[in-house]
Amino acid sequence: MLFTSYGFLGFTAALFLLYYLLPKRCQQPLLLGASCLFYLAAGPGYILYILTTALTVWFAGVRMGKNAVEASAWLKEHKEELSREERKAYKEGRKRVRRRWLAGCLLLNLGILAVVKYLNFIIANWNAVLTAAGRTGQLSFFALALPLGISFYTFQAVGYLVDVYRGTVEAEKSPLRFLLFISFFPQLIQGPISRYGDLGKTLYAPHGFDAKQVSFGLQRMLWGYFKKLVLADRILAAVMTVVGDVGTYQGAYAAVGMLFYTVQLYADFTGGIDVTIGLAQALGITVKENFVRPYFSKSLKEYWRRWHISMCSWFRDYLFYPISTSGAMQRFTKFTRKRLGDKIGRRLPVYLSSFVVWFSTGLWHGASWNFIVWGLLNYAVLMLSEELEPLYERFHKRFAVKGKLWYRLFQVGRTFLLVCVLNIFDCYATLGETVRAIGSVFTVRNWSVLWDGSLLKLGLTGLDYGILAGGCALMLGVSLVQRGGSVRERIHEKPYWARFVLWYGLFLAVLLMGAYGVGYDQSQFIYNRF
Amino acid sequence: MKTKQKTALRVLVSVLIVILSLALLQRLLMPKYVDGIVEGAFVAEYYKEVKDHDLLFVGDCEVYENFSPAVLWQDFGINSYIRGSAEQYIFQSYYLLEDAFRYETPKVVVFNIQSLQFSEAQSEAYNRMSLEGMRWSPTKVKAIFASMKEGEHFLDYLFPLLRYHTRWSQLESTDVEYLFKTKPVSFNGYYMRVDAKPAENVPKGKPLADYSFGDKAWEYLDKMVELCEKEGVELVLIKAPSLYPYWYPQWEEQMEEYAVQKGLPYINLLELQEETGIDYTTDTYDGGLHMNLSGAEKLSRWLGAWLMEHTSLTDRRAEPELSARWEEKLSAYEAEKERQYEFYGIEKP
Repeated sequence: MLFTSYGFLGFTAALFLLYYLLPKRCQQPLLLGASCLFYLAAGPGYILYILTTALTVWFAGVRMGKNAVEASAWLKEHKEELSREERKAYKEGRKRVRRRWLAGCLLLNLGILAVVKYLNFIIANWNAVLTAAGRTGQLSFFALALPLGISFYTFQAVGYLVDVYRGTVEAEKSPLRFLLFISFFPQLIQGPISRYGDLGKTLYAPHGFDAKQVSFGLQRMLWGYFKKLVLADRILAAVMTVVGDVGTYQGAYAAVGMLFYTVQLYADFTGGIDVTIGLAQALGITVKENFVRPYFSKSLKEYWRRWHISMCSWFRDYLFYPISTSGAMQRFTKFTRKRLGDKIGRRLPVYLSSFVVWFSTGLWHGASWNFIVWGLLNYAVLMLSEELEPLYERFHKRFAVKGKLWYRLFQVGRTFLLVCVLNIFDCYATLGETVRAIGSVFTVRNWSVLWDGSLLKLGLTGLDYGILAGGCALMLGVSLVQRGGSVRERIHEKPYWARFVLWYGLFLAVLLMGAYGVGYDQSQFIYNRF
Repeated sequence: MKTKQKTALRVLVSVLIVILSLALLQRLLMPKYVDGIVEGAFVAEYYKEVKDHDLLFVGDCEVYENFSPAVLWQDFGINSYIRGSAEQYIFQSYYLLEDAFRYETPKVVVFNIQSLQFSEAQSEAYNRMSLEGMRWSPTKVKAIFASMKEGEHFLDYLFPLLRYHTRWSQLESTDVEYLFKTKPVSFNGYYMRVDAKPAENVPKGKPLADYSFGDKAWEYLDKMVELCEKEGVELVLIKAPSLYPYWYPQWEEQMEEYAVQKGLPYINLLELQEETGIDYTTDTYDGGLHMNLSGAEKLSRWLGAWLMEHTSLTDRRAEPELSARWEEKLSAYEAEKERQYEFYGIEKP
C-alpha cells in the first residue's frame, strides 16, 4: 500500500477516526491490527517473515532479560559469600549465556535478511567468476521476493536485541507489544530505524486527542506529500530518461541527471519521512527525526550526521563500536602500534572498522556492486578528508576564511556536488554505466544542451521546470527558516486566516500539481526498495 | 463561550470555503465537450429531454453518427433518442439502458452490436466520455465498476477533480464560458456531419487468433435481452454499415446464431447497401467509418420503415405537444445543416 495511494489515505483516515473514538485501551491493539493489515496488503506470505523476526527476537530478549535479572538478584543475595573473582566469574558465565542467545538470534534474523536479499547477488557473482574462469556449473537463481521493509524492521529488531543484551533497555514482556514496535506501519517501509528506548515511550502510551499535535501532524504529512508528489515524482521522468539511456545522455545530460536525482532523492526520502513522522504525530506518537537539512552540510562527514540519521547512528552503535572495541581489534591495535608506530597503528583499526561499516552500508542499500562501490567511495572520501584535516586546518589558519559566509557557501556547494556524484551510483543499472556517465561529464562537450531547449525533451515541459524551480525554492526557504526553530510553530503564531491561506494553498498545490492519478505511474518511495 | 462560538464559526466558514472552492475548481477543470471532441457531452444531454421516447438507440459511434432521430420523426412520427457515446462498450450500453429505464419505458430498443468485439474497456478516455455524463445512481456505480481499467479508481469518478487536476495548464476560454452552463451539441443524441470523404482503400481485417466474443460481452448482451424482456420492450439488434472496424464473417455467424436462439430480429446493414441506398463515395465523412448526414438520413429512412412494419411503433405526429417540441428541434437541426454546409463550403443538395 503506497503512501501516495487512495487506499492508504482511506486506511489512515479510518484508523485515525477509530483511534480517537474508541477507548484508549483499544489504541494499541488497533495500531497492531492496522500494522498487520498494512503488511498483509503487500502480500499475505510476507507476514511470516516479520512474525518470525518478532517472535524470535522477542523470545531471545525475554530470555536475556530474565538471565540478567536473575544474575543480578543472585549476586545481590550472595554478595557477601563470594570473592571478587568469583563474582566476576559468575557474571561472565551468565553473560556468556546471554551472548549465546544474542548470537543465535542475530544469526537467524540476519541470515533471513541475507538469504532473501543477497543470495541471488552472491550466486550472480559466483557465476560471473565461473564464467571468467571458463568453468561450467553455473548455479540457478532462486525466486525470492523481498518482504516489505525487511531491511528496516530487521535492523530495528537487531538494535533492540543488542540494547537488551547491553542492558540499556529492559526486555519487552509482551510479544504483541514487541510486534507493534517492529511493525508500526508508518515507519515500516522506509524507516526511520527507531530505537526501542525512543519509540516505545510514546508508542505504548494512551493518547487523547490533542488538536495542536494532530494539526501539526497533518501539516507535516501535507508537506511530505508536496515534496513527494509535486517534486520527486515530477522530476522522476527526466531522471529515468537520462539514466535509462547512457549511450545517448552523456556529458551535460549526465550532470543534469546527477543534479536531478539528488533533488529527487531528497524530496522523495524526506517527503516519505515527513509523512511517517506526521502520521505518527497525529496519532500522538513521537518518531525521531531522520534528517537535519543535510544539503546544508559543509563536509561529507557532516552530511552523514544529517542524512538518514537513524541508519547512520545504527551502524555507528551496532557495528562500528562493537568492531572497534572488540577484543580482536584491541589486539590488532596493539599489534599495529608495535609494528607501524603510534600514529599509523592507532588509525588502522579505525579505518578497518570504518571500511566494514561503509561496505555494510552500501550492501544494506541494495544487493548490487553499485551500492557497494557507493559505500566504499563515501568511505574513501571520508578517510581522505580525515587524513587531510591537518592540511585544512593550516589553510584555514593561514587565510582566515573559516566562518566567512562565502567560504561556508563554497563548502556547502562543494559537499552538495560531491553528494550529487556519489548519489548517482544508486541510479544507473550497472557500475559500468555509472562510471561511463560520470566520465562523460569530463569528456563529452555538449554544454549547449543546457540552454538550447534539449532539456525540454527529457519528459518535462517548461511548466514542469517552473514548478520544480518554485518547489525547490520553497524547500530551500523552509530549510533556511528551520534553522531558527520549528516552521510549523512559527506559522502557528500567525492569525487564523493567514494560516488557513497558507496550508490550504499547500493542499491545493499538491492537489493540482501532484503527479498522481491517470497518466502517472504511482511511484514507490525510493527507500521502499532498500 | 464567545471564543468557542468564534472558533466554531471560523471552522464552519473554512469548511465552506474549501467545499465551494473545490467544487468550483472541479467544474472549471472538467472538460466541457462543447467544441472539438463533443462526444463526451452526449450522455448528459439525455437528462434535459422530456422522456417519453418510443425508440431508444444504444451503442457506440455506429449509432450516434449513423441514425438521425429528426428524420425518424419527420418521415414516420417516431419519437426517438440515441444513448450513445464514443467507443461505448456493451456493458456501458447496458447500464445506460438501465439508467434510461429509470425515467421511461420505450416500445423499442435498437442496439448496435459492434461493441461485442470488446469484452473489457480499452481506453480510460472513452470510459470517461461514456460515464461522466451519467447521473449518479446505483446504475452509474455499477457501470463504473464494470468499466474501470487497471489503474483507474472509483474515487476519480466520484471526484473528477482528482482525474483532471492537471488540466489547469490546458484551460481554454470555453472552460470559463461554460463553467455554469452548457450548449446542445447533438440532435436527440445524433452527431451531425455534412462533409464527405469517400471510402477508399478500406483496410481488410487482420486475422484474429480467436473470433469468439468474450464472456463479459455475451453476459451483458444476455442481461440486455433479459432487461428488455422484463420491461416489455422489443429489442432489435443491428450492425451499422460502417466498413471499418472490420466485421468478420465469424462474428456475423455468432450474431445470427444468437439472434435465432433468442428469437430477436437482427439486421446487418452492411448487407443491405442496395436497399438502404448507401453510397460509400458520398455518404461517409471519414472514409467509411461513419455516415455523414446524407448516409445517416438514408439509413434512418430505411430503418424507420422497417421498424414501422415490424415493431409496435406508431406515428405520433398527431400529438400537438410532441409535434411542437419536434418543430423546435427540427429548426435547430436545419440551422445546423445550413451552418455546416456553409462551413465546409458544400452546396446544399
